[in-house]
Amino acid sequence: MQVTVNGSTTDVPDDATVAALVADLVAGRAGGHGRVAVARNGDVVPRSAWETTGLAAGDALEVLAPTAGG
Amino acid sequence: MDDVLELAGETFTSRLVLGTGGITSMETLERTVRASGTQLVTVALRRIEASADAAMLQVLERCGVRLLPNTAGCRTAREAVLTARLGREAFGTDWVKLEVIGDEHTLLPDALELLDAAEQLVDDGFRVFAYTTDDAILGRRLADAGCAAVMPLGSPIGSGLGIRNPHAIALLREAVSVPVVLDAGIGTASDAALAMELGCDAVLLASAVTRARDPERMALAMRCAVEAGRLARSAGRIPRRWHAQASTQFEGLPQL
Repeated sequence: MQVTVNGSTTDVPDDATVAALVADLVAGRAGGHGRVAVARNGDVVPRSAWETTGLAAGDALEVLAPTAGG
Repeated sequence: MDDVLELAGETFTSRLVLGTGGITSMETLERTVRASGTQLVTVALRRIEASADAAMLQVLERCGVRLLPNTAGCRTAREAVLTARLGREAFGTDWVKLEVIGDEHTLLPDALELLDAAEQLVDDGFRVFAYTTDDAILGRRLADAGCAAVMPLGSPIGSGLGIRNPHAIALLREAVSVPVVLDAGIGTASDAALAMELGCDAVLLASAVTRARDPERMALAMRCAVEAGRLARSAGRIPRRWHAQASTQFEGLPQL
């Protein structure tokens, strides 16, 4: 099925979870996902719910991480 | 000198809040943070592919500073509230620098969206540091809404134009009882000193340091300026006079 991740259409397995999606995105990035935050369809998905939150076709996800800012 | 700043129930001995936006390397970040003496540093959230690597937070942790996540780039209360909640999730703090801009050209705050977002976030348990205009009435509305601090701009973000309306900043200072942090527009050290002389409790700046030719040196300059301005404010400046007033007495002046 297709979902939108950070503005890009992405194919994910039907049983995909937020946790699996985040793991894919942080793979190879320094520092892992200690400070990642996720929004699904305009609502925060708390870290404690990543494993149990499944994805549905058409979901819009934003996966964010810290950066410099004023 | 025992002169501490209290923000949202926490005490700080430094009255300089540093933004990290515009920093060019992690080495420069560390040297700059240390030179500034800051204890509170703003950070942001962006899509993971455009974010900084973990080294940035490691540097800030090593420096022992508290983090103040911002909502930079948000245009509506809805976006800002969601960004604040994501920041709380990512950084584990309920402190937020609330920024809701009207357009990308001026980056000026959208007063209506700002107040709406501030009310929602205070209700949700956030400690809101509201980036706002230099309007005393809006500042009072934000303070009444429960913001932890009101942070008026001296001039547009990144402009380096300094404090364009010192009178407005002084009026705002009088209008609210929560801390006032001059945020945005600082270009050089004298601007930071002026903010403190006008009665601001602290100064928040980023570009003036991060985009200076020598960020570490400018950070030290800002630290000194904030301290000097604070001292001058508490020392009580002399009144301005139209004419001169001799500092050396005329009595006993010889007839030569």
